[in-house]
Amino acid sequence: MGITIIYDRVRWEEKALFDAANKMSHTVNMIDAKDITIVTHNGNSHNYFDTILQRCISHYRGLYLTACLEFLNKHVINSYHTSEICGNKMLTSLYLKKNNVPTPKTYFAFSAEAANELASKIGYPLVLKPLIGSWGRMVVPIRDQESMEFMIEVREEDQNPLNRIYYLQEFVNRPPRDIRAIVVGEQVITAIYRYAASGEWRTNIARGGKAEVCNITNELEDICIKAAKAVGGGVLGVDLMEDIKNGLVVHEINNTVEFKGAASVSNKDIAASIIEYAIKSERR
Amino acid sequence: MRKVNCPECDGEIKVPDDAVKGEIVACPDCGANYEIEEIGKEIKIKPAESVGEDWGE
Repeated sequence: MGITIIYDRVRWEEKALFDAANKMSHTVNMIDAKDITIVTHNGNSHNYFDTILQRCISHYRGLYLTACLEFLNKHVINSYHTSEICGNKMLTSLYLKKNNVPTPKTYFAFSAEAANELASKIGYPLVLKPLIGSWGRMVVPIRDQESMEFMIEVREEDQNPLNRIYYLQEFVNRPPRDIRAIVVGEQVITAIYRYAASGEWRTNIARGGKAEVCNITNELEDICIKAAKAVGGGVLGVDLMEDIKNGLVVHEINNTVEFKGAASVSNKDIAASIIEYAIKSERR
Repeated sequence: MRKVNCPECDGEIKVPDDAVKGEIVACPDCGANYEIEEIGKEIKIKPAESVGEDWGE
């Protein structure tokens, strides 16, 4: 069988996927998204396989390229639908709640004034997040009115119109760790605890967070599968917190999941599971 | 380990044997990041894209 991996920067994960597919005797072609052009009429002469793993590091590049590839009747993992939801924190929160997946209480405002008013009404601390973005970038704990006003000023100065839409989330009281579960289709392949690096409150591995194996309980499995289904399924990194008051809550789902941290402590071959799922899902 | 010269400062950039097209290498002297454009008899590199606001997982 053949599989195409589309990338715009080869990370550890893309190399692992390439190696895993080769080991499983599949033919793999790696295509740089930056070299691709698409036409709506006849004239596309790509040599892609029917199953494509979309692994772009740039959310928008990956998202819109996926739209084009689906137009060409390719089976893309993850789908445009899933990528659109997971790449946007607001959409993710809406889909999670709509599908009864436990998730932190989240508030939205569509102007600086409304955001300011909303924050003082809810009370502090809060977490302010950008709608788009990853690795914990611009995710800020807001501890008082002064910080809120400062962040609003920063956001209003920014040229990106999405930064004028405000996403505020309750500050979840949790241990200094969160959980990253790798979901492939309807299976939780592995789960890890991510501990924040010293002097950092965010637990992202990209920010120096440390990984430790997390036991996959029935509750964790059920929530992760439900969360994955809510956003359309595929290959996903489901992030959860252990809310001291409310138990497990899903706060984010990653569409182009990085699993170097998880692979360093897990005894599961994550890359092989992803390839196996991709190949099987094409045959359906 | 193969080597390629930094187009910016002429420093020596080490390219691991298992490096592939699309991977990023950094110049140890000036810190510039480069993407491996071609890896064969010769190694070609080009300036890497800078981190975008929408980058991540």
